[in-house]
This record gives sequence, C-alpha cells and structure tokens, in this order.
Amino acid sequence: MSLLQVEKMTHYFGGLRAVHNYDIHIEPGQIRGLIGPNGAGKTTIFNLITGIHQPTEGVVSLEGKNLVGLQPYQIASAGLGRTFQNLLLWRHMSVLDHVIMAQYSRMTYGLVGAFFGTAKRKRQETEAEEKAYRLLELVGISGLANQNVLNLPYGDQRRVEMARALAMEPKILFLDEPTAGMNPEELLQMMEIIRQVHKEFGLAILLIEHRLKLVMELCEEIQTLVFGEVIAEGTPEEIQNNPKVIDAYLGKEAID
Amino acid sequence: MEATSSELSAPESGLKSKIGRLFSRVPIIGWLFGALVAVILEQIVGMPLALALGLPKIPVLFGFVTVLKKPMLVPSTMLFVLLIYFLPIVIIARLSLEPANRLAEKLINFSMEGSVLIHLVLLYAILHIWAEVSDYRLLILKFTLIAIMVTVSLNVINGYMGEFSCSHPGFMALGAYTASVFTVSLFVNDSLFGQALLPSFLGPFLFPLGLILGGCVASLGALLVAIPSFKTRGDYLAIISLAFLFIVKSLIENLEFVGGPRGLSSQPDWANLPIVFAWTVACIWIINNFVRSTLGKALNAVRDEETAANAMTVNTRRTKMVAFMFAAFWAGVAGGLFAHVLRYVNPTTFGIQKLAEVLAMVYFGGLNSVYGSIVGAVSLSILGEALRPLELFKWIVIPLLLILVMIFRPTGLIAFKEFNVKKLIRPKQSPGKEV
Ligand SMILES: Nc1ncnc2c1ncn2[C@@H]1O[C@H](COP(=O)(O)OP(=O)(O)O)[C@@H](O)[C@H]1O
Ligand SMILES: [Mg+2]
Repeated sequence: MSLLQVEKMTHYFGGLRAVHNYDIHIEPGQIRGLIGPNGAGKTTIFNLITGIHQPTEGVVSLEGKNLVGLQPYQIASAGLGRTFQNLLLWRHMSVLDHVIMAQYSRMTYGLVGAFFGTAKRKRQETEAEEKAYRLLELVGISGLANQNVLNLPYGDQRRVEMARALAMEPKILFLDEPTAGMNPEELLQMMEIIRQVHKEFGLAILLIEHRLKLVMELCEEIQTLVFGEVIAEGTPEEIQNNPKVIDAYLGKEAID
Repeated sequence: MEATSSELSAPESGLKSKIGRLFSRVPIIGWLFGALVAVILEQIVGMPLALALGLPKIPVLFGFVTVLKKPMLVPSTMLFVLLIYFLPIVIIARLSLEPANRLAEKLINFSMEGSVLIHLVLLYAILHIWAEVSDYRLLILKFTLIAIMVTVSLNVINGYMGEFSCSHPGFMALGAYTASVFTVSLFVNDSLFGQALLPSFLGPFLFPLGLILGGCVASLGALLVAIPSFKTRGDYLAIISLAFLFIVKSLIENLEFVGGPRGLSSQPDWANLPIVFAWTVACIWIINNFVRSTLGKALNAVRDEETAANAMTVNTRRTKMVAFMFAAFWAGVAGGLFAHVLRYVNPTTFGIQKLAEVLAMVYFGGLNSVYGSIVGAVSLSILGEALRPLELFKWIVIPLLLILVMIFRPTGLIAFKEFNVKKLIRPKQSPGKEV
C-alpha cells in the first residue's frame, strides 16, 4: 500500500470544476512534482488533501487511513505537513514560536500543565524549543529565532514556513511553490534545504513548482496539470519531451 | 474639562520620566521598600501633617479627588503627596540602591519562588497599611483588584484570541449570584433562604469553594455562548455574547428566589483584603502561565491565521472554547468576590455600563498583555474614582481619554508585552559594580 493514496478526486467551486479525477500514489521517501500553469488547480489539490476544502468526490488516504471528512488539524496530526504558497504566518509571533507551535499536538501536559507550569510542561516546552532551534539551524535562520516574522525578508519567511512544517514531524510534506519570489541564490539554497530534508528525514515530498529547473532536478516523477486535469505524467525527461506539455505549458514558460 | 485632565496627568508623567532617568537601576524590591516606608509614614504623621497643611483629612487618593472638589487646596495637597509619598519613596529607593540590588540577587539565587513570595508579601503589606487609613480606600482597593481579574481574563478573549466578547459582565453576574446563593443559603439566617444550614465557623473555609462554584457556573454559561459562536468562522461572537449579557440580566430579574430586580443582600463579610489579594494573584499567575504556554499561544495562532493554525495540528475550535470558558471562570470568581465585597448584588450592576468599563480597561491597558491589563484596570479604576466629583461629565472625560489612546496607540498602552515575573524582580545591576 502506498503512503498517500488519492483516487478520482474531483472538486467544484460552484460551477467551476477546479480539479477533475485526480489520482496520485506516493511511496515513502519519494519526491514527486506537480506543475501546471497558474489557476490549473495545484493549490486546490493541496487544500483538498489537507482538509481545507472537502472533495466533491474521491478517496484520500494516508497509510490506509481515510482522510476525507477529517478536520485539517487531524490530517496534519496524521502526518501530513505543508507550506503555503501565499505565506500564512502568524503576524504577532516570533520565528521561534512558529516552529514551537507546530509541535502543538505533541504537547501532552494538558491544561493542568498550562495553568500551573508543571515540571512536565517545562520539560516538553524545553524539548520543543531545542528542536525548533535545530530546525531553524537546518533551514539557516537560527540567528533570527527571536525576530518577529514580519521583520524577515520574503525568502526567510519561506524558510520559516519550511521549518514550521518540518516541526510537525510529517510523514509526507507538501510544498506549495516554496521558491516563489526568491532570487536565484535563495532558490539554490532552498533546493539544497529540500534535498537535505529529504535525506535526513527520509520524507516523502510532493512539490508544486513554477520553476522547472527545480522540479526537473529534484523530482523522480512529475505530473502536469491543466484546467484541473492531469495531461501528462512521467519522469522529468518524459515530461520535457511530451508534446502535450510543451504545447500547454512549456511552450509559454520554457524561458524560466 | 481638557484642562483638568491634563493637569491631572502632567505632574505624574513628568515625575515618571525623571524617575526613569535617575532610578533605572533600582530593583523592584527597592521601590517596594520606599512605598512601605511611605505608607507607614502616612499612618504615623499623615493626620498631623494634613492638619498642619490646612487639609481636612489625609488626601484619600493622592489628592486626585480634592483637586476637583476644592481647587483651593491643590497646593497643600501636592505638598502632602510630595512629603509623604514622593520624597520618601525616591530617597529610599535611591539610598537602598546597593543593598536592594544585593538583596534581590540573593533572593533570586536562593529560590525563585521564595523571592516572588517575599515581593508579594511586601506588596501586600504596603496595600494593607495604605488601605487602613480609610474604609473608602479599602473599598477602592478591593474593587481595583477585582477589576484586574476581570480585565486580565477578558484580555484572554479580546486580546490573545482576538475575538470580541461582550458577555463578561454576564459571567460576573453568574459568579456573583452563585457564590452569594452558596454562602447566604448555607451560612446566613436570611429571609430568602431561611435558617443557616452549616455552622458559620466553616464559612471562611468553604468560601473559596463558593467562588470556584461561581466560576464553574460562569464557565457553563460560556459554553452556551461558545457552541454557536465558534461553530463557523465569522464574527458571531460579538452579537451572541451581547445577547447573552441581556439574557442573563433579565433571567436574574425574573428569578424571584434570588430577589429578582431588588437584588440579593446579606452576604457574609468574608471577602477581606488578604482574600481578594490572594485570588487576584492566583488569577494573574494562572492566566499568565496559560498565555505563555504553547497551548495558550495557540490562541495567537488562531487569531493571526486560523487556517495555518489548523494545518499545524492546532485544534482551533477546542482551543477557542477552552480559552473562552477559562476566561469566563475568572470573571465568575471575580463576580463572587465583588458580591461579597459589596455584600449586595442586583442585576443592574452587570449591564452595559459595566461592559463599557471593562472593555475600556482592556483596550486602554493594551491587547495581548497581562501587564497592560493590570495597568489598564488600576489606572481606570483610580481615574474613575478621581473623576467621581465630575459626576456625569466623567463619562465624557474617560471616553475622550480612550479615543486619544486609540489614536496614538491603537492596540493600547502596553500591548503585546510579555509579563515576565522573573525579569521583573531580578536585580537591575550586579552588586558592587556602580556603572
Ligand atoms: N476558495 C476558492 N473559491 C473559488 N474558486 C477558487 C478557490 N480557490 C481557487 N479557486 C479557483 O480554482 C482554480 C484553481 O486555483 P488554484 O488551485 O489556486 O490554482 P494554482 O495553484 O494551480 O495556480 C482557479 O480558477 C481559482 O480561481
Ligand atoms: Mg497555487
């Protein structure tokens, strides 16, 4: 059985069919790519799997456990971590607090610990903090731990998103355009981070990307989505040479 | 009006900045020593000094009230405050700089908890001695402490969670009536509930139970508000909680067994200063613990970006419900104390005006800040008393002040500041090293 199984997933926004009969099976440790022009429905696929929207039809399961109908926090706790294309950070919180917050489900000290500051709470909070520092180290912004997130440049905010998603200790990580708005240098650093994360945690990753260089280098297999439907699927070479893809997508954006 | 209010605050702020520059190295314990000496001094020489200065009695609230009532007495009142409070505090804080820092250091090294306790005992002693001068002071002090509880707890909802709740006076009412019914029916021979059921010596021991019971009933009330409000996203809470406030009020008005609109009286006199002080400290301590834990900070995550919080494993709905009930609990406890300080409650007490007061304290003091709420509650309580001679005009001055704060600091005076007791009580310089 695959780690993540999605079958015949379809979603309508009112009359608009945003996703149609989407299938994907991801094995542990795989890196998969999802490309497609703007508005193709890539982010919607993430939102459907992570429970932000409910699929109109279809089956989604993680390690055989059904995810359809669960709340986002339940799906997240089940092992599905993600970042957001449009940076959903908490505007009044420090970088460190972001990465600690994502460990929420492992804080088992309960209300008693929260109210009275028990030893168990101190231990778990300290552990969470240490782990947060390690992850910030990994993404290269441990020096900014106590900054408010809004003080960070755009590229570093993307790293916070990354560290935060990793802090959940997910089994599979969804990255929604993790390099959007980054300069070429930052792009290379982010690629390195993704590689390292993959190696260190053996994570399965599903990557939405606009920049083909990144997807082509990182992913074993790539799906191309146009108007909510997968029009081509295969290895980077196959995708690059697929006339349908070139026609629908690469033709316009190959320069990138 | 404008002139009077600026007159009131001018000497205070000028004084503050000067102290700030000269005395930044004085640890809290140094200030406490100074204040202790000041209140003791007032006990001993306050009355003769007041008479010598031509004042009828010791100025009750640092002269604020006199300023408005009898402007002729302003110079002598200011002299009194200068001689009794300002000079002793400043001189002692300055003189004890070295030993106070050494003491603060020693205490902290000895035990954090012990040091906090000693600071609290000192603070209590100051308040106690200060309040002994008149019953009026004692009453104001108790109400101020209660206002702190209500404000800090409302800040959990309106500040930390970022929702707008209007039901806090309703929760206070639930707590006030529950605790009152508990004590009056069990320990008082009363026309409403008949003979006392338990011997009265048990009373002070069971009083906390009554307060907690009041808090729990308030929490249950909060659950009724929370279920429909937090079901879906959107700003339903403001409206539902406002409706709840009116429902509670008219419910009590129609409940004959608690006295209906006439109210409920003859609560036993158990809410003395140490009890109110202890509950206030407990309230601040527990709420501050909560909002600094990851469970509590989840409220901030929910407020700032709920979708992200949910996607990062935070059960957002439960987080909101728990926080709402938790805050209501403390409003209920505060209500119970309020009823036993006044020894009388009626439904009108817990209406829109109370709501306006508490909201003002929260937004004036600062959102997302326990520290700010303490400052907001204390300053507006004192201001409210000080402006009492203005009668109706009080309700022009206070809103005006609020509007000014909102213009210049939209989130309040001391918003988004962590209340860190450890930082507060630590020495301000290492001993022996004069800078
Ligand atoms: N919440 C929503 N409500 C209505 N329409 C939406 C919503 N989210 C996305 N859409 C529409 O669905 C389509 C796919 O959007 P999206 O998944 O964001 O595309 P991509 O991420 O591939 O750029 C677009 O036409 C978009 O306008
Ligand atoms: Mg997108």
